[in-house]
Amino acid sequence: MNGPHDLGGAHGFGPVAPPREEPVFHHPWEGRVFAINKAAGAMGFWHIDKSRHAKERIPPAEYLASSYYWNWLAGLERLLLEHGLVTQTELETGRMREPGKKPRQVLRGADVAGVLRTPYSYEREAAAPRRFAVGEQVRARVMHPTGHTRLPRYVRGRTGEVIGIRGCHVFPDSHCATDDEDPQWLYSVAFRSTELWGPQGRAGDQVILDLFEPYLERA
Amino acid sequence: MHEDEHGGHHPAHSHGDHTHQAGSHLEGVELQVRALETLLTEKGYIDPAAVDALIDAFENRIGPRNGARVVARAWANPEYRKKLFDDAIPAIAEFGFSGWQGEHMTALENTPETHNMVVCTLCSCYPWPVLGLPPAWYKSPPYRSRAVIDPRGVLAEFGVTLPETTRIRVWDSTAEIRYLVVPMRPAGTEGWSEKRLAELVTRDSMIGTGLPLSAEASP
Repeated sequence: MNGPHDLGGAHGFGPVAPPREEPVFHHPWEGRVFAINKAAGAMGFWHIDKSRHAKERIPPAEYLASSYYWNWLAGLERLLLEHGLVTQTELETGRMREPGKKPRQVLRGADVAGVLRTPYSYEREAAAPRRFAVGEQVRARVMHPTGHTRLPRYVRGRTGEVIGIRGCHVFPDSHCATDDEDPQWLYSVAFRSTELWGPQGRAGDQVILDLFEPYLERA
Repeated sequence: MHEDEHGGHHPAHSHGDHTHQAGSHLEGVELQVRALETLLTEKGYIDPAAVDALIDAFENRIGPRNGARVVARAWANPEYRKKLFDDAIPAIAEFGFSGWQGEHMTALENTPETHNMVVCTLCSCYPWPVLGLPPAWYKSPPYRSRAVIDPRGVLAEFGVTLPETTRIRVWDSTAEIRYLVVPMRPAGTEGWSEKRLAELVTRDSMIGTGLPLSAEASP
């Protein structure tokens, strides 16, 4: 979707202003929100693409005016409501009114260290041979899906070169829409800065994106 | 600010009022997050011990000192360096670093000709096992919007000026591939141990928004 999260190339947000040092979490609630999100995700009712999309669907003015972990909280509440895991009243009162649904699993404290170290690969068996090779020119398709996609607006319609083949991965667009993993070939595509930004680009510089085959056509 | 009868302002039914982030409401946010955690615990969805363990892992164990050890070994050991660029996942796993958000790792080599820099314009993708959770600026609209269109301007805000002849490659983490930048080894560090070298490797140098400390700056 053309949501507020798709920020590449936008103007007006001001300087980055990195502080010299900062804590991992600026307030205790940020750490709780992060960890509650991860623990709730471990129940198995949704996956990373649904979780990303929940944040993308926050109304744009609210998304941009809110802090990072506030948006995580908003995304989590949305998922909990949409999956019927809590009711609006329960959220508002903080009190359980009806028993919970049975989760597939509950992440236990003792299991965290092991689970964190366990990779969850997104690579899958390929259903079809890949269409593109390293060195080929490809164009990012012009499309504006209203659901979740990982094709940013700033490359749509632009031509780049395939510089790497990353294997066949879970396709976020399908995965989010229907829970179908629909594995697709994934390519690293290098775009010239001047192809993306015209006179505001810089000769020699490049921007590289990891793009799924359905995002691309032969240039 | 809209306060409901229990003092909470819920993102899921917010109406575009954003004063909730002001300092005076910090206590309200803390209470609200605590209420959500209690509710989810009561419903049998999460284990508070898992929430504690996740926070502890990212505040105390999983952070950029992990990545610094990987980079230092790549500087000190040519065989390891080759392994890291050929297939980063097993090379990084030699240190026991693996898992969430590090499933598909790629190492990027900075040279006098090419400077690599990493961003996630769509959300906040970042290689957790080697760098921990991202700093606030990495997740913020200023960095996400400008890294791809004005990388030199962004670098200047980090105090980094590259030679005119160095090309910049900005990697936008749009899929599940995660990138670790391996900066150039500082001059005057010949014969240094991995441990001493690691002290020169800053977090930002592994994102590509900074350079390693110089030999003279060694702590």
